[in-house]
Amino acid sequence: MTTTRREAHRESETSYSKPLPVLEGLTKEFYAWCKRGELRFQRCTACRAWRHVPRELCARCGSPAWAWERSSGRGRVFTWTTVARAMHPAFQQDTPYAAVVIELEEGVRLLSRVVDCPPEELEIGMAVAVRFEDVTAEVTLPVFARAAS
Amino acid sequence: MPSLKDQACIAGAGETAYTRDPERKTSTLALQLEAAARAIEDAGLTAKQIDGIMPFPGLSTAEELASNLGIEDLRFATTVHMGGAAPVASLAYAAMAVASGVATHVLIVAGWDSYSGRRAAQTVATDVSSIPGGAIARDYYVPYGLTAPPQWYALMARRHMHEFGTTPQQLGAVALAMRKHAQRNDKAVMRGRELSMEDYLASPVIAGPYRLFDCCLETDGAAAIVVTSAERAGDLARRRVYVMGVSEGRPSPADEIANREDYFTIGLTHAAPRAFAMAEVGPNDVNFAQIYDCFTFEVLQQIEEAGFCKRGEGGAFVEGGRIEPGGALPVNTHGGLLSEAHVLGMNHLVEAVRQLRGDAGERQVAGAEIGVVTGWGDFGDGSMAVLRN
Repeated sequence: MTTTRREAHRESETSYSKPLPVLEGLTKEFYAWCKRGELRFQRCTACRAWRHVPRELCARCGSPAWAWERSSGRGRVFTWTTVARAMHPAFQQDTPYAAVVIELEEGVRLLSRVVDCPPEELEIGMAVAVRFEDVTAEVTLPVFARAAS
Repeated sequence: MPSLKDQACIAGAGETAYTRDPERKTSTLALQLEAAARAIEDAGLTAKQIDGIMPFPGLSTAEELASNLGIEDLRFATTVHMGGAAPVASLAYAAMAVASGVATHVLIVAGWDSYSGRRAAQTVATDVSSIPGGAIARDYYVPYGLTAPPQWYALMARRHMHEFGTTPQQLGAVALAMRKHAQRNDKAVMRGRELSMEDYLASPVIAGPYRLFDCCLETDGAAAIVVTSAERAGDLARRRVYVMGVSEGRPSPADEIANREDYFTIGLTHAAPRAFAMAEVGPNDVNFAQIYDCFTFEVLQQIEEAGFCKRGEGGAFVEGGRIEPGGALPVNTHGGLLSEAHVLGMNHLVEAVRQLRGDAGERQVAGAEIGVVTGWGDFGDGSMAVLRN
């Protein structure tokens, strides 16, 4: 669907070397939605609070009832760090890169990347929208790209 | 309300040499045992009298420490899983143990071969899942290259700069202050290596906004203390230091770093008022503060959250020499993790003991009677002790 996705496919064919999430339990469900091209978060059925990362109970009202609801995928840059010296060998080739906290319209925050923005151009409050990178046959990571504000 | 105030004392403190020698032949266990033996001797005790051990998480076990020390009847052994907040938090558990009679003499020990052995770049980054919240980091941070503590905390530093106008020069003021303190400490790895603001600003970015000199050292070394009930401490050889107040706290959520409703509320935000209330003193009553300085911003933020100034005013607070030698609130009189050695905050406790005994030599804070020690760990866990002589 995008250049990013095609590039990621090529990379996965030559064996993707970066660490991956362990697809178990609720984390497996979260990433399964990403694989289908949908960013979904848990939303409490009782008090309607959104949450991320996946939890068994609603921290606000205590309810165990929830559903995966679709996020608009739109958000803003909340904060970031520019990693110039990788602390993990798999990311050495990417430096400098930014790990970015995105605050979604629903209020939850997600650690991700802004794929079309070099670190020096990031700004807090910058509008972004979700995209999906198929990094391996099993794992699709949600990433973000600049959007009109 | 029942209180731990003045129920327990630090009766002994000990340290190894702090070094950065890649050829040093040592191990985490050997370093911890050396520090432990010194702390026990300093307390005027023998190893067989120790009946409680609280090791730092993930580095050694109470069982192997006891086996090596020849302790035959270890009746209290536990570990607080709060990363760098563990040593000060352990002091609370040790105080509870000796005040209640569950144990008599509790050894708290931390240290590692993080220079000659496993370096930071190789440990947390590749095995983050061992800490509380580690599975969340593994599944939601690490795939994006957010793999290590300087990167986690840089997120908070950046946001603080945005909301409150905190500047790189203010972070630099923390680095320079630690380095100035280290010039008065023979044990400090950075003694003899002064640091200017120009040096600081020119140092390479590690995890922006953190530069090289915002980051703690990697060193070999260990430190330990022995905690004893106030009642028994009077019989021991060295001058005791009383635990006036001590508490631990966690941010909410504690296991995830991005989704906090109040982004700057950390464990210390909860722990500091509890510790001060127990001690029945406040921030204005303390003569020094040993603040866990894994990175410069964490010092600034803890100064705010402990109540030494208001949130957002930490940048201005650390300027103008206030936290330097001779300042109104000397911070990390030993040089801290940034300029003495990275002993996981145990060196902060040992330095507090030294200051309150009046044994700090050329860096002695004149008339020191009350001091604060903080810990910081994992995703913002915190702990604080208020100590007196």
